[in-house]
Order: sequence, then C-alpha cells, then structure tokens
Amino acid sequence: MNAEVAAASVAEAAPEKKEFWRWQENTVWDENKDWRDAKIITCGIDVGSVSSQAVLVCDGELYGYNSMRTGNNSPDSARNALQGIMDKIGMKLEDINYVVGTGYGRVNVPFAHKAITEIACHARGANYMGGNKVRTILDMGGQDCKAIHCDEKGKVTNFLMNDKCAAGTGRGMEVISDLMQIPIAELGPRSFDVDVEPEAVSSICVVFAKSEALGLLKAGYTKNKVIAAYCQAMAERVVSLLERIGVEEGFFITGGIAKNPGVVKRIERILGIKQVETKIDSQIAGALGAALFGYTLMQKQAKAA
Amino acid sequence: MIANYGYKDGSGEYYISIDTDKCIDCTAARACLTACPKNMFEIITDDYDDEVAWVKKESTRTLAYSCAECKPAGGYTSLPCITACTPGAIKHSW
Repeated sequence: MNAEVAAASVAEAAPEKKEFWRWQENTVWDENKDWRDAKIITCGIDVGSVSSQAVLVCDGELYGYNSMRTGNNSPDSARNALQGIMDKIGMKLEDINYVVGTGYGRVNVPFAHKAITEIACHARGANYMGGNKVRTILDMGGQDCKAIHCDEKGKVTNFLMNDKCAAGTGRGMEVISDLMQIPIAELGPRSFDVDVEPEAVSSICVVFAKSEALGLLKAGYTKNKVIAAYCQAMAERVVSLLERIGVEEGFFITGGIAKNPGVVKRIERILGIKQVETKIDSQIAGALGAALFGYTLMQKQAKAA
Repeated sequence: MIANYGYKDGSGEYYISIDTDKCIDCTAARACLTACPKNMFEIITDDYDDEVAWVKKESTRTLAYSCAECKPAGGYTSLPCITACTPGAIKHSW
C-alpha cells in the first residue's frame, strides 16, 4: 500500500469531526439590478483575522457581497472573497473602478488602490447601514473589539480598540461553540433557554473562561446555562470597553457577534438602550465602508479632473 | 478625533489618548517624537488625510511596561510626553 492510499484509508476510517464553530459563509447580490448599468463601481475588501468580505458598491449603493473565512494568507483571502462574488455575477476585476482594502490584512490586498483602517471603515459602513443617527458603534470582530464614536456623516470622532485579549470577540465564541458542541448560530437563542439567568463567568481570558465553563458543566450546569454565563461575561466585557468612550443614542453593533442575540440582548439590557436595527449583514460593515470611501474618492477625482 | 491606543487586561486599563484636532497644527514642533524615551510616537497620515501623531503599533500592547519608567516610581514628576505636548493633545488613562 503506498503512502497516499494508506493516508486515504486512515481518512476514511476516522470519524468526521464536526466543526460547530463554522459560521455561514454567503454570497448575496441584488438581482433586480445590473451592475453593467452603473457609472462607478467600487469595491471594499475587509481581510479580518477570522473572516474576509468583498463588497461591491454601484454608484454609491450596496450591490452585493461575499463573506467567507480568512485563509492562511491575506492576498489569497482577498482574491477569493472578491472572486466569489465576481464569478456569480459575471464581473471581472477590470470592471471595478476603485478598490479599498481594510481590516487586519489591508496592506496585503494586492489589487487595492488604497488601504484605510477598519475603524474609519466600520464607522462609514455603520452610517450607511443604520442611517445618520448612528453615533456609537461597537465592532465585535474575530480577534479584537472596537468602540467608536462618529458624527452624522460617519466620520470617527473617538475610538478605542482592544486587540490584546480575545475576550469579547468572535473567536472566543467559536471556542465556546466547539466546547459545548453546539452550532455557533444556536448559541444565542439557547442562552435564553434557562430558568434563572446565571452569573457571568468570572474569567475575562478565553483560555480561562474555557476552563471555567468546563468546571461549571462538572458542577451540574446545563449547557444552556453555561452559554448564558459566557454570553453575559462577553456582554459585560464589551460594555466596560464602551463605557470608556461613553455610549450615545444611535447605538449600532457590527461584526459577526452582532448576529448573536444572546450577546446583543444582554448588551442592550446592561446599557439600557436598543441598538439601531438593519437588514444588512452586520459582518460586512467594514468592507461596505471601504467601498463607500472608494466611491467618495472616485467622485473627488472626477470633480478635480 | 480622540484616538485611544492601548488595551485593557486583567491588571487594568492602559490607554494613551491623542486628541488629533489639537495635534494637526502642532505648536510644539512635534516634541512628543523626541520626548518619549521609548520612541513610541510617530507621525502618520490618518484616514482623513491629516498628519497626526500616533502610538506605534508595536508599542500599543506593552504600554504598562513601556511607560512604567516615566511614571513617578521611575523618578519623573510629570510624564515627558505630556509635558512636551504643549497643545495638550496627549493623555494617559493610568
């Protein structure tokens, strides 16, 4: 038996490991519009530490996007994210007028004309998604967390980020999802299926929170109760970050965790305010903001010419 | 814009805030660049095309340690960066 056949046999014999943390990758575009009708097409590429998004904006309006997991290098992640949507709509890179890179891998987007920080892009994206009343933005990213204040135009007026610790981030939630062996999308709803709301897990470190969660299970907590305790801890953690810059009405959450009602509702409960609702995927805010920055730059160039 | 660089961990909050509106037209000839013994400040062009100071990325995760020698226990009565920044753009959270 050669090595390849042997490896294949082992692979067949091994039970398939379920990836509970794996969130839904998706490609969405507006089928009622044709991008060929647009005068200016801009693209925002957000290469995050966990997910990558490519957003296409036609004449300043969101046209479509692709959201997928970041690979092991930024240039390929950027290419794959964009290719994912371009293949489906029959577009080529040459059809795009301007590309802006953002996110942790923004300087490694080979076809980008400009790189802009995710802080500015999230503010701009949130302004588009939630309207000009949005003032406080919480971006709960894959491996960092940002609190941002912006004005009515989506320009940043105050920000802080925490990228030293994974507590309060998407990666932390993925770890708990795997530990509990519950699909990540079910964590939020299940966290409310408890008789009494438990105390938050005390550890803010993801590694120690994982140990603490195991300890709670051994102590007789149900899985739902452990998830509730973790969601509460995450909410308390990010609220303490938000309080440092203050929270104003017009509160908006971006990033993957915005899809987790278990965390969002608890943040709202602690802050005593509701977040601004949107129908647009919260995970694309950074890339959308980048594409909108590209559109503004194209307009400025056209005026200057 | 108030830009906060730093982090919060189990031991506390460590942020250096830079008020970029005061920093843009610096009247102190960018004295922060030379005042910091750890050379942590740098002038960059921000997302809104303004030339402002920021804390270098490699320093933002080590502020508690990097700034320790400028704190009173290190023999300073006032922080060199804050003293040098006469427009008052720089603040420490701890």
